[in-house]
Amino acid sequence: MYPADLRYDREHEWVRLDGDVATVGITDYAQDQLGEVVYVDLPSVGDEVVAGDSFGEIESVKSVSELFSPVSGEIIEVNDALADSPELVNSSPYEDGWMIKVRVADPDAALDGLMTADEYEAFVSEEA
Amino acid sequence: MDGLKRTPLYDEHVALGARMVPFAGWEMPVQYAGIIEEHLAVRQRVGVFDVCHMSEFRFFGFDAKDALQRIVTNDLGKIDELGRAVYTVMCDEDGGIIDDLIVYHTGDLEYLVIANAANHDADWDWITSHLPASVEAVDESDRTGLIAVQGPQALRVIGELVGEGFEPPSRFSIAEARLGGIPVLLARTGYTGEDGVEIVCHASNAVAIWRLLLSFPEVQPCGLGARDTLRLEMGYALYGSDMDRGVDPISAGLGWAVSLGKGDFIGCEAIARIKEVGPKQRLVGLVVDEGVPRHGYPVLQGETEVGKVASGTFSPTLRQGIATAYVPAALASPGTELGVAIRKKVSKAVVVRPPFVKGTSLDKAAS
Repeated sequence: MYPADLRYDREHEWVRLDGDVATVGITDYAQDQLGEVVYVDLPSVGDEVVAGDSFGEIESVKSVSELFSPVSGEIIEVNDALADSPELVNSSPYEDGWMIKVRVADPDAALDGLMTADEYEAFVSEEA
Repeated sequence: MDGLKRTPLYDEHVALGARMVPFAGWEMPVQYAGIIEEHLAVRQRVGVFDVCHMSEFRFFGFDAKDALQRIVTNDLGKIDELGRAVYTVMCDEDGGIIDDLIVYHTGDLEYLVIANAANHDADWDWITSHLPASVEAVDESDRTGLIAVQGPQALRVIGELVGEGFEPPSRFSIAEARLGGIPVLLARTGYTGEDGVEIVCHASNAVAIWRLLLSFPEVQPCGLGARDTLRLEMGYALYGSDMDRGVDPISAGLGWAVSLGKGDFIGCEAIARIKEVGPKQRLVGLVVDEGVPRHGYPVLQGETEVGKVASGTFSPTLRQGIATAYVPAALASPGTELGVAIRKKVSKAVVVRPPFVKGTSLDKAAS
């Protein structure tokens, strides 16, 4: 149900590691809970993020939530398409709705402590 | 959700996959398909809303009109003709708003009042404590079903259910009708800015009517989420956000619902004084550049806080943040440039005169 090539955190973000570049977004479960996303506030390229810290905010019609980074490093790209089309987070949470790309310092350790797809699925079913 | 009341349509909502939330002591649907989708369905086609949670009070007797005249701010002389309805507020002696409501002249010597669910007990206590013994009052809230049908196609759907010879009641009127044979009152009122009706029925018939309405493929069930975005696009005030006991109707922009010339009513002296000297604060509309303003967010002029957001949301029609806010009267003119503190950032905001969205089917019906 959740893509097997991604890792997940307890705040419902996913991360895809390619070399030393980690792409981050929110899961299908998270976007469904939020409802239609109308605004995504993302950091700037060059900012540093720390695993577990807030890197931005996401708003639906009814609510606002913080976005937490599952990894630490320097932001090298943000998804500018979300400024005009925040609904991409709903329609394509793992592809077009990605949020930030982070260059991680230590790729070998970057995913430590994050959940696999199976673990995340079990985590979500406990929370629901 | 313990201790919450359920409307007669609760099982229908669950079967439709609605997300249920607590609201004013009730377990209510906040959305089915999604707030924006439901919102746009009402602006473009037709949507139905379960508003059975609202309060319905009925008043009977020769003295009913005069007694209610003393309680509400608007002039019930405007609805002397049978079947007419009027929007009003009722205030305490200081002009503080107890609730906003619609009064319908439903029969000879008979008035129906529809009011907010959140204020049910306070309204009933206030009204009945100010009624003479000669007026009979009945709290019909639990026995009454209320379903809003709103949108440019609403009257066509109702017309098909009524059948041959359907004549919609005129705007702000109420009339008896049968929907698929079920006796109802059709009120040409609403809270969305679209044309349509609110169906008053016996609670036991609410499910049958709901299903009749949803048998039309163009009819979208809509939750409280879309109800809120629709009403805010029109600048319609919401009790608890835009007004409360601490606000008078002049400051709240509801002076049009106050008739100071009709004779004595509760709060009239206080309201007349406020009108004469001018309110210190006024409720204004704000269109926000970036982000979504929400209730309680600070409103700024430069770096100085000058007010707080009363109601705020993302407008699905404008695809932009909109809000109402109380600001000093000197800053209430359209075009005034302010800011809204949206957590860490300040977004530019400009004062506008609501409605935020113009040219709805209600505008067309009125012209």
